[in-house]
Formats: sequence, structure tokens, C-alpha cells
Amino acid sequence: MTTTIGLEIHVQLATRTKMFCGCSTTFGDEPNTHVCPVCLGLPGALPTLNAEAVHLAITLAMALGCEVHEVSEFSRKNYFYPDLPKSYQITQFDRPIATVGSVPIVTERGARSIRLTRAHIEEDAGKSMHVADITLGGETLVDFNRCGMPLIEIVTEPDMQSGDEAYEFLRNLRRLVRWLGVSSGDMEKGAMRCDVNVSVSPDPALRGTKVEIKNLNSFRSVKRAIDYEEQRQAQCLGGGTSIVSETRHFDEVQGTTTVMRSKEASNDYRYFPEPDLPLLQLDSTELESLRAQMPELPWEMQSRFERDLGLSPYDAALLTEERSTAEFFQQTIALYNNPKKAASYMGTEVARLLNERGKTLSETQLTPAALAGLLTMVENNTISNTASKDVLPLLVDTGVTPAEAVKNLGLEQVSDASAIKDYACEVIAENATQVEQFKSGKEAVLGFLVGQLMKKSKGKANPKLAGEVLRTLLKS
Amino acid sequence: MSSKLPHTLEQYRHAVHAHELSAEEYLDETRQCIEHGDPQVRAFLHLRLDAARSDAQATNPLSPLAGAPIAIKDNIMVAGERCTCGSQILEHYVAPYSATAVVSLLAAGAVIPGKTNCDEFAMGSSTENSAFFPTHNPADLTRVPGGSSGGSAAAVAAGFALGAIGSDTGGSVRQPAAFCGVVGFKPTYGLVSRYGLVAFGSSLDCIGPITRTVRDAAIMMNIMAVHDPKDATSVKRPHVDFEATLQPTLTGKRVGIIRELQRLDVQPEIAAAMEAARKAAVRSGASIVDVSLPHILSALPVYYIIAPAECSANLGRFDGVRYGLHVDGRNMTETYSRTRNAGFGTEVKRRILIGAFVLSAGYYDAYYKKATSVRQLITDELEQALQSADVLLTPTTPTTAFRIGAVTDPLEMYKADVFTIPADLAGVPAISFPAGKDAAGLPIGLQLMGPRWSDADVLSSANVIFTALGGES
Repeated sequence: MTTTIGLEIHVQLATRTKMFCGCSTTFGDEPNTHVCPVCLGLPGALPTLNAEAVHLAITLAMALGCEVHEVSEFSRKNYFYPDLPKSYQITQFDRPIATVGSVPIVTERGARSIRLTRAHIEEDAGKSMHVADITLGGETLVDFNRCGMPLIEIVTEPDMQSGDEAYEFLRNLRRLVRWLGVSSGDMEKGAMRCDVNVSVSPDPALRGTKVEIKNLNSFRSVKRAIDYEEQRQAQCLGGGTSIVSETRHFDEVQGTTTVMRSKEASNDYRYFPEPDLPLLQLDSTELESLRAQMPELPWEMQSRFERDLGLSPYDAALLTEERSTAEFFQQTIALYNNPKKAASYMGTEVARLLNERGKTLSETQLTPAALAGLLTMVENNTISNTASKDVLPLLVDTGVTPAEAVKNLGLEQVSDASAIKDYACEVIAENATQVEQFKSGKEAVLGFLVGQLMKKSKGKANPKLAGEVLRTLLKS
Repeated sequence: MSSKLPHTLEQYRHAVHAHELSAEEYLDETRQCIEHGDPQVRAFLHLRLDAARSDAQATNPLSPLAGAPIAIKDNIMVAGERCTCGSQILEHYVAPYSATAVVSLLAAGAVIPGKTNCDEFAMGSSTENSAFFPTHNPADLTRVPGGSSGGSAAAVAAGFALGAIGSDTGGSVRQPAAFCGVVGFKPTYGLVSRYGLVAFGSSLDCIGPITRTVRDAAIMMNIMAVHDPKDATSVKRPHVDFEATLQPTLTGKRVGIIRELQRLDVQPEIAAAMEAARKAAVRSGASIVDVSLPHILSALPVYYIIAPAECSANLGRFDGVRYGLHVDGRNMTETYSRTRNAGFGTEVKRRILIGAFVLSAGYYDAYYKKATSVRQLITDELEQALQSADVLLTPTTPTTAFRIGAVTDPLEMYKADVFTIPADLAGVPAISFPAGKDAAGLPIGLQLMGPRWSDADVLSSANVIFTALGGES
């Protein structure tokens, strides 16, 4: 059986105001508080295009490698539904703002590119809330705060073959939208929504009947729904039942899909060009300047980190998960020229502290200069690696410089041979057995003795020097 | 009304600015006139005379309109007032905001005596499609005032207001102006904001003034022709003073006569009025040119595809869910269906059905798409004709006002728009001005059209011919 998957993703653009009016896009406020005649579709009101939304859409489309069209057109998609106050959605149909494009993914099957069909701008509908509470009459209530929110819809080619691939695609797309700041990418808040088309066929050369799945509220749900649907369709086909072209609903609790409606009964949306909005004409010089401002993309940076800096795939992925982390890392290695060490320190020590504090890097006091300073102190033997772990929390929590922190903690590494000699004499006096062993040729015992010395110095002794001093004393 | 009282907006403005008249005095006279005449004419759907008097008292006598009563068609929003669009479905709807054109008029010192009757959602040519009652033509109460802005035209003709605004989608300002013997101007599409005008055919709808003289139309255009960021189709243009640019002659102007329209059957007195206007134009210094618009007669069928298509989407919002009439059904679909069945009149339903049909899968290309191509063709031809002529002269209507109830075939009614529709399809400015009366004493209107953004020129040319034919300057 071959599975073919295509996705339709709605990404909410992170504008301050809605697509066609000045209402706020703040999420989670009291229902129907961010509404006006325009987004409520009151008689006589007219839409005006939000330039910021267009800007973000172009940025994303360019990053997706799309062809961005200088002229595109808005259309009306007509259907009746209580959360659609104009009875039509303003969207793009015949002439979308962008076509083609691709997103790279890496899965067990290796690195691949998922092709995109198109990307177009549209407005969101309101949110219907089905109230079961009998005191409220079991009615459906509508919140129009979401109505008119700016969206970009991205449609992929049917290029994916498993739930894992779809998951990986979405993860990478979300990383990109956050990287570019075009969307929060937050699926829980509806800032990213995904519909899935799945078909299963016994003949790899033929495409099976397409089934659409809706109500997918997380990446995990997308994967679960696909996995279930794959199995369901395969079972149907195996049992001689043919697949019906339909829209199915994913049940989060059961992990199953159920029929919502048949495709045959689908609406005729009677699209036609939106007469209230002129053609969207983009200025070619503005497009060029947007293209010039495009930052290095996360997947580009990730492979550069592996290729040019020699980072492990794990570290490279981790550091490019968020743009602020990647930038932090780049600024750090500009001041501390050991990318591998910096990456590994960020991936372990820094990551652990952030995890403990439940914070992101930018929410702490740590600066690239401080981290570079700390790593340099370890490199110069000003402090030991162990001591650095005591310094780091201060840098993260208070923002003091590494030098100040080391001084405050009294952690400066002792590299003074006479001070170390005092510790060494004590260690030799207290560990007669091990001293004998060493003298009888068991050199490995030296490590134990260095450890004892480090303990006495509270970790401040330069371990390399401590070894040398001990060896000299024992051999004399 | 006393004969000493000003008859035009221009005279009124002069009298108030010169302290010869106060806005309250004039409004009291207007009130008497309305109370005496409107029970017969029925121009208004809602009156607000008490509020208007307070507004008149508060108005600045030196403002451009100085408290002049201006009537507003009931498909244009005036905050706090009902806005029914002549429809049951919005019978109790109160506007939560004012249309931009209304805001401009109020800021200029206009006072609103009431909202005027119209064909339901501006669909009609007689105001008989109002869900509430028909309006009667002040020139002959047994006749229609035209439509859809019939209430506005009748109000101005009857002296209930010094000016009015209407909306013109296929001739709805010009045709009733012609029937009632007043001036109706449809500006270039994009010159006056549509924000707050309840949409019928969005690519066609224009708000325009209805006045007693061409000069008064220019005065109102000076106030309403403002770029509006709330309307994406409103165009930013250099400021033009439409009143100051009115010229005394037509020297050097070329007045075009459209060959294809000459062949149409019109009432003999209207043909005679055309001839008189042509001569008056020549006497005023114009030359007459013959122009051809091979596809102009397709304008009517094209219009009756595009306007219904747009209206089918525009009127979808009246579904009984959030405001307006609501008739419960057993489920959502039935509620929609019952509400819309009870709320819309026959003509509106007919156009919604035509519109939904021409946009539906399988018919879109043959109807809607084809209509948009022919629309472009007509626009191109009109633009080309307007290179060899500065303005085009046509009758506004094939006949003078018909009797109430006389036209029952919708197609016959649609044909009343044959001369006015091309300007809407092409988005060009067009004006109807009074040009005498027929044998029954009914007003005749003639139309001038010009290229896009030649509004000042169209007003000026119309003013010359209008006054040459005996109209007030």
C-alpha cells in the first residue's frame, strides 16, 4: 500500500490589526470585543487591505521559495454560515499572491523537498462555540474577535508519504514562520491550522481516493490522524471496500476519524473577483528590497553550522530551532572562537539552566559576551570547567560579568605553584597507601591524588599544575 | 412656501451668509412644506424634523451649507437613524455609524430632514419596489418618480429639501431626476466614497447629488468629493472646485451624439428636446460630432448579469443571524430560508437568483465572465468615443414618468435604464438635467457623459445647456 499526503495549512499573520479593518488581533480577550462594522460585515462597511499583512505574506512566500506575483487578485468565496458575517470570505482564488515553492525536510528516509502548490492571503471567519449548557439553551454562540484575522494559506503538493513526514514538514514550517516573525505558529491558539488530504492505494503507480481530515489541533494530532487513516483505508481496501471521497473529523480522545460530510455534497462557492478591493499590485523595487532583507533561513543556517563549523547534526538543529538562539550563538562565537565547544556548552549547561528556570534564552540576563567571557576563562585556566558551572547561574540570573561573578564566588583558579605545593604536601601526608602504590609504579593513582588536591582547594586549583606539582614531590 | 424664499442651494447659502435668512426659519418653512405635501408625495420613509431643527439651530451660518436641508436616501447610513433600504429585512435596523458622504455633508453644515424612500436595496426604476409604499411624482401624483432614488428626487422636486443624495448603480440618481424635473449627477466611480452606502452592485454603485440646478450639484460635489481611506476604491485626486470651474459657454467643446442610441425609439417630445439641446449647444459655441459605440446596446444585458452577481453576494449578509428580520426555522438552513423569503421582495429575490445562477459552477464563464469582457469592450469604446468628443449627449430615459402600476413586466422596467447604464459600466461621470416638458406637462431629462475624472467638465457643459434651455443658473 502506498500512502499519499497533501496538506493545507493556514498560518495567522502576526499583524497588530486585522486583515481589512483596524481591530486588534489580541488573542484570548472577552468575546466580541475586537469588532467593528467592517469585520462584522455590517451593511455599508467596506474592507481596506492591511499592508503589514501583505508584507508578512510576501516575506513568508519568499522564504518558501515561492514565485511572488506582482499582481494578484482578491475574490469572494460565498457560503452561508453563522460565523461568516458577510456570507462570503475575502480570499484569493484565480490569482494568488504566490505559487510554487518548497520546504526541505529530513526524516528516516533522508533529506527531501516537499513542493508547494500555492500560497494566498485571506481573512479568517469568526469562531462558533457550541454551548451545551442547558441554562444557555444549548445554543451556538459566535465570537467575532477572530473574524477578519489575516491568514496565509499554504497548499502543498501530495508529496508526503507518512505521518512522520507530515509532522516533520509542519515542524519545519513552524520553525520558519517563527524565525521570520510572520506568525507565532501556535497551533493551540489557532495561529497555525492544518487540514490533511490522505489517500491510500495498493498500486504505487496509482493515486487512491482522497479523504480530507479536519479538526487537527496539534502536530501530534496530524500524525495520529494520518496514521489512523492510513490504517483504516488500507483495511477497507484489503477487505474489498472502496474509499469514499469525503471530509472526516479527527476525534482527539478516541484517536479515530469519523465522517463529517461527503465531497459530492460540497458547496459551489461561486467565487468571483472582489469588487471592493483593487488588484493587489506589488512594487518590484519593494519586492527586491524585501528579498535583500531576507535573513539566512533556519535550514540554511543549520547545514552551514554542520558543514563550516563542524557542529554535530544534533547541536546544529538545536541551535537553529529559534532565531534568537542562533543569533546568540553566532554572537558568542564571534567573541570566542571555538564553535564546537560553545555549541556543546549551550546544548548542555545553558540548556539545563533554561530548562530548570522554564525560560527562553532571551528571557534571561545572559549575553553572548558573558558566555564568551566565561568560556574564555575556562580556556585560559582562569577557572576550571567545574567552577564555570557555578558561575553560569549568576550570569543567567543577575547579568553580572563573568569576571565579577568569579570574583564574587572566589573561584579564581589557583595557578600559583607554592599555594598548590602546600595542598600537595597535605595530600601526600594523608594518603600514605596511595603514595606507596604510586611509588611502586602504579602511575594511575596520580589521578586520585589530584582529585584529593582539587577537593582541598575547593576546585580552584589548576588541575594540570596540581598534577605536575604532585608528580615532582612524589618523585623527589 | 413663500416665493421670496430661496429656491436653490446657492440662493439659500447666499441669503444665510448675508444674514437675510436663518437656518431655523428656513427649516420651519421646509417643515410646513413637508407636512403639507408629503402625505401625497410620500418621499420620506422616516422624518426627523425636530432633530433637524435643533441641528439647524446649532449650525454655523457661515459653513458652506449653512443649515440647508439635504435629504438622504434610505440606503445610506446616518448614525442613530433607521436605515431600511426600503426592505422588510432591515425595517428596524438603526445605523451604528454615518456614511462618509453624510459625514462630509454634516461637517459642511447640512441638516437632514429625513431618509427618503427607494426601491428595495436600490433595485428598481420606479420606487414601486419599496417594501413600504410607492412614492408619487410631484409633477403628477398618479405617476412614479422614477427610481431607485425616487424619494430623493421627489423630495427635491417638491421643495422638501434643497438637495438630496441618492445612489446610482444603473441610473438610480439620473432616471428619477429626469422623471421629477431635477438635476441628478453620477460622479466618476471612485470620486465619492461608498463607505456607508449599502452595497448593491459594488463595482457600479456611486453616491450622487440630486438638486434643482446644475450649480447646486457642483456645490454638493465640492463637499462630497473627498478621498476616503475607508473605501479602497476611493481615488486620491487633486482638489477641483466644481462650482468655480463652471464656464459660461461651450466654446471649443465637441458634443458627441451616439449613433446607435439615435436609432432607439424614444417619446417624440424627448427627441425634440434632444434637438433643442443640440441647437442650444451649438449656439453656446460647441460643435456636434457623430460617434459610434458598436456594443453599447449590450450594456443592458451585461448590467443585468454583473449587478445581480454582485448583489447575490452583497445581500447574503441579511441572514437573520446578527441583525434585521429573523424568522425561526427548525435548523440553520431553514432559518436562513424563511428569513430571506419573508424579508426580501420579488425583485430582490429575482436578482439574487439571477446572480447566484450566473456565478455558479458551469455557468460562470458563459455569463459572468463573458459579461465582464463585454463590459470592458463597452468601456473601451466609450473611452475611445470620448477622444473625439468632450461630452456625449443622450436622453436620460426613453419616456417621461409612467403611471404607478403601469409597468409590470420586469424586462420593460429594465429597459428604462438603457441610456443610463453605460456610464455605470464604464465608471464615467454622467448627469441628467431638466430639458423641458412633454405634452402632458411631465419633465424631460437629458444626459451628458464625459470621460473618467472629467466631472467638472460634465457639470460645466450641462450647466451651459441647462441654462440655455431656460434652467436657473
